[in-house]
Amino acid sequence: MALADLANPSRFLNFANRAIPWLAGLTFIVFAFGIDQAIRAPDDYQQGATVKIMFLHVPSAWLGMLAWTVMTVAALGTLVWRHPLADVAAKAAAPIGAAFTLLCLVTGSLWGRPEWGTYWVWDARLTSELVLFLLYLGVIALWRTVDDPSRAARAVAILTLVGAVDLPIIKFSVDWWNTLHQGASVFRLGGSTIDPTILMPLFVMAAAFTLLFATLHLAAMRNEILRRRVRTLRLMQASTVS
Amino acid sequence: MEGVSHIGFIAASYAAAATVVIALIAWVAVDFRILRRTLADLESRGMTRRSAPAGRTMEQAREDA
Repeated sequence: MALADLANPSRFLNFANRAIPWLAGLTFIVFAFGIDQAIRAPDDYQQGATVKIMFLHVPSAWLGMLAWTVMTVAALGTLVWRHPLADVAAKAAAPIGAAFTLLCLVTGSLWGRPEWGTYWVWDARLTSELVLFLLYLGVIALWRTVDDPSRAARAVAILTLVGAVDLPIIKFSVDWWNTLHQGASVFRLGGSTIDPTILMPLFVMAAAFTLLFATLHLAAMRNEILRRRVRTLRLMQASTVS
Repeated sequence: MEGVSHIGFIAASYAAAATVVIALIAWVAVDFRILRRTLADLESRGMTRRSAPAGRTMEQAREDA
């Protein structure tokens, strides 16, 4: 099946119905392996056992940003290419991205209390991450405000493109400002500063979270297509009654 | 041991992650079941999905289908 064929909602549904069980199974296996690796990982020489929180915090932070990146590409698909599934993809990604961003904030706070002595500081990294979460809530609210999905899609696409400015701010906040949050330690020039015994479980958990996102996103897109079909049939039904 | 004194924070983090993941899976699964049931219900009443614009009668929709 060519990628362009998936632009057809019916073909996309067939693809999703076949792919979701396999993706879900793979996600489960990689998660089981990742959690096993996380449990076996040694304590960090500075953080001690709280380094285990990083196996959740870092992937959820990445996924929160990835979901907004997906929404940004979808926003371009809506506004520029008018792809039939672009706004479906954007709408499906928003609650999942919001959930991962919330998880990032919660696990970050739970790590911050024992390591920094506080749950929260208004530093650039934490604040820009909170802004991302609020942007997600704004997008979800906007989807619910406008009844017509195609009209809502255009408004949401503009908000998404504006909100994309927050992504480089999150990434480079630790370089641009003095922050309590540590600088880049995984992807940086000169290589990672993390020991392989901790880096490997982190990558496995990141892969598991990414697969979970792919599975949930595909399933949520399938739901959104079905929701639009229900809406169409209800409109048809209402027109027969009136 | 430092890890023991911080076990509450670690456990709370994993509990929060489990809650979020289970909530997301439940949301998607329950939503799918409700939508599929609603769609089946509408189709059993003669409403068939097709490209007919809203405003057509059910009879017209049936004829076109």
